[in-house]
Amino acid sequence: MTWEEFIHMGGYGAYVWSAYGLTALVLLWNALIPLRRRREVLDRLRRWYRQENAR
Amino acid sequence: MWAFLHRLASPKHFYHLTGAWIPWLWVTTLGCMALGLYLGLWVAPPDYQQGDSFRIMYVHVPAAWMSLFIYVFMAVAGGIGLIWNMKMADIMAVCSAPIGASFTFLALATGAIWGKPMWGTWWVWDARLTSELILLFLYLGYIALQNAIEDPRTAARAGAILAIVGSVNIPIIHYSVEWWNTLHQGPTVTRFDKPAIHPSMLWPLLLMAVAFQLYFFTVLLMRARSELLWRERRSRWVRELLSGGSIEPLSQREEAA
Repeated sequence: MTWEEFIHMGGYGAYVWSAYGLTALVLLWNALIPLRRRREVLDRLRRWYRQENAR
Repeated sequence: MWAFLHRLASPKHFYHLTGAWIPWLWVTTLGCMALGLYLGLWVAPPDYQQGDSFRIMYVHVPAAWMSLFIYVFMAVAGGIGLIWNMKMADIMAVCSAPIGASFTFLALATGAIWGKPMWGTWWVWDARLTSELILLFLYLGYIALQNAIEDPRTAARAGAILAIVGSVNIPIIHYSVEWWNTLHQGPTVTRFDKPAIHPSMLWPLLLMAVAFQLYFFTVLLMRARSELLWRERRSRWVRELLSGGSIEPLSQREEAA
């Protein structure tokens, strides 16, 4: 297979690549959310302990 | 084995053990995915009926399998939390819902993209597609329920009941292509006789399925660990973890960013 054939996908390029692109986006999104969530939780915990110590 | 599972049910051990697993899980996930994509997109020959459009199968089918698997996982974890009042099971159920919803959305969207060139339409209201859409609504209902209820224990209990009742839909989705006349093709892999698919096309599918499965567990553990820290904020080990300053390399890098 050549690169042109690979991109063209026998005329179905637009369908195949949009399906794969969408999948890549969703998988990436789901991998990034937990990282952001972790940062948020660590911030929230620090604030929570600070408030608790102030009491 | 039981001793190991028992250790895993303890929040502190769970947190530390899974922290060590996650990098390795990512390496294996990405390895399987890279090999699966290479074999599926480059090496496997075009289908004699569908040409190259059949390659959408390598994301569509694993996503659809995951949408079912995660739902069952969620219902079972919810049930365990409900019966034995196990905190880790609740967290697993709650954290798996958004991932399951994403895979269900992917199965529907890539199915529509595949349907357009093959069936001539993005969508039909047939049994398979409609029952999968209902699955998406079940996931969204579960997530909405979790957000609506303040107390995590009550939310987990209500969610578990919804998940268990909704699991009626799972066999309906699976057998829909046999029970009703549908545009969707029948199963090719999960048949009791030999699969109706050539090995050069089957291998990439299995690799992608393993990759998606590993991906699910990896992002699930990542989500669960954060949820766990927050819910366990009153316990000593979390307090010490936070006051110690150095949690682990991952978070230090995040703090610098």
